[in-house]
Amino acid sequence: MNLNRLWEYANPKKFIETTDRVLPAVSVLAVLCLVVGLAWGFFFTPDDYRQGSTVKIIYIHVPSALMAINAWLMMLVTSLVWIVRRHHVSALAARAAAPVGMVMTVIALLTGAIWGQPMWGTWWAWDPRLTSFLILFLFYLGYIALWEAIENDDTAADLTSILCLVGSVFALLSRYAVNFWNQGLHQGASLSLDKEENVADVFYYPLLVAIAGFVLLFVALVLLRTRTEIRARRMRALLARERMG
Amino acid sequence: MMPDLGKYAETVLSAYAVSLVLIVVLVLLSLRRGHKVKAQLEAVEKKVRKNG
Amino acid sequence: MIALLLRDLRLAMRAGGGFGLGLAFFLIVVTLVPFGVGPQGGLLATIAPGILWLGALLACLLSLDRILALDWEDGSLDLLATAPLPMEAVVSVKALAHWLTTGLPLVLATPVFGLLLSLPSKGYAPLLLSLLLGTPALSVIGTFGAALTVGLKRGGLLLSLLVLPLYVPTLIFGAEMARRGVDGLDYSTPLLMVAGITCGTIALLPFASAAVLRVNLR
Repeated sequence: MNLNRLWEYANPKKFIETTDRVLPAVSVLAVLCLVVGLAWGFFFTPDDYRQGSTVKIIYIHVPSALMAINAWLMMLVTSLVWIVRRHHVSALAARAAAPVGMVMTVIALLTGAIWGQPMWGTWWAWDPRLTSFLILFLFYLGYIALWEAIENDDTAADLTSILCLVGSVFALLSRYAVNFWNQGLHQGASLSLDKEENVADVFYYPLLVAIAGFVLLFVALVLLRTRTEIRARRMRALLARERMG
Repeated sequence: MMPDLGKYAETVLSAYAVSLVLIVVLVLLSLRRGHKVKAQLEAVEKKVRKNG
Repeated sequence: MIALLLRDLRLAMRAGGGFGLGLAFFLIVVTLVPFGVGPQGGLLATIAPGILWLGALLACLLSLDRILALDWEDGSLDLLATAPLPMEAVVSVKALAHWLTTGLPLVLATPVFGLLLSLPSKGYAPLLLSLLLGTPALSVIGTFGAALTVGLKRGGLLLSLLVLPLYVPTLIFGAEMARRGVDGLDYSTPLLMVAGITCGTIALLPFASAAVLRVNLR
């Protein structure tokens, strides 16, 4: 497989043409997986013997938390691509992903709080995982605010991608700092390669489908929003050229 | 059809409701902005073609 | 480089400049805290390390936009960019000047403010040490934030939003070290972490700040 083929999609026109074909399929698949995964989880799984029916929240909480982190990782990769190869689509994809990642962070925080109220007896605890997510939310806020504040597209892309790199390092540092600062209430990983640690099979399979649904939803939204950003950028460029003469 | 959620019904339902509302709002906002920008771009392109 | 440092220091001292402002802000925060939480000595002693760290951090934050904004407005930043001095050196010097005019006075004033908050006597050494080690990181990170927002008209609020999350690790380890010192626990681990963060930011972040500044001057 020739890796150079991949860069063809960095051409905005080619990107729009390709996503014209891909986007409907991804959207349909996303809706399908989400409906199946969430319905399976909501209607056809037993209650947990300790958590009762609140265990059903896992089908939203875990996938959204996963996507909150993966969205930032994707932004990190596309920012690097922008810095190294200067493809506009890459920078615009990072811009398009940020609000989606932020909403995922909010969903993870809210569902966690709603679950924590009956289970831990509190909406919020300064637990390392919870605190890290709050900090991640602040990073998303700053990143989006910087995009909005700068008028020139290229300047904004440069500044935000550097912020994304620096922010990633500090987000990681914060994660360890927070771990050191307070011991947690939060249970360990729900998903890992180590079978013993995993949640039981009845919960596991619908969870996988729900995660696939969230991933596809994220991809569909990012593609859609990137197309919007490409068009918005082209429009600004055209208007600017017209004003010049 | 509704499963018996026991005493945690409110918790589970509110978690699902909040999440679904947030996702739907995000999708709708993305779609609306997409349509708006597409229409604006088409208008601008038409204008530019006429002038140039 | 030294000439630039001296120039920045002189400007900060004169010009009704921010020199005393940070300290005054720090004093006000420390004065207001007992009004907020009540005058009990025991309670104040427990929260003193955290308050002093937060006060220092906020005082630092307040003066960040002065690092580059004035030079940006009068055009001397463009001159510096064309000077033979590499941009990395310029931002490092700027950060150093900021620390000397804001961070260092705060550290030196902390014992007095510690008295006001009835800080236990064995807490002074670790608190001072943690601030001494941590505030340079605050200045360097702040310079990065200032470089990001230098071209914006109302960058002040955005600057805080961008910089505060970056301050989290430094604050956590610094305040933890001070707290452990007050409780008479071993504080060598957070000390090493604060020192590590400071060394790391001083070594690496100027490159990011310089890159950002070059973009903004383009």
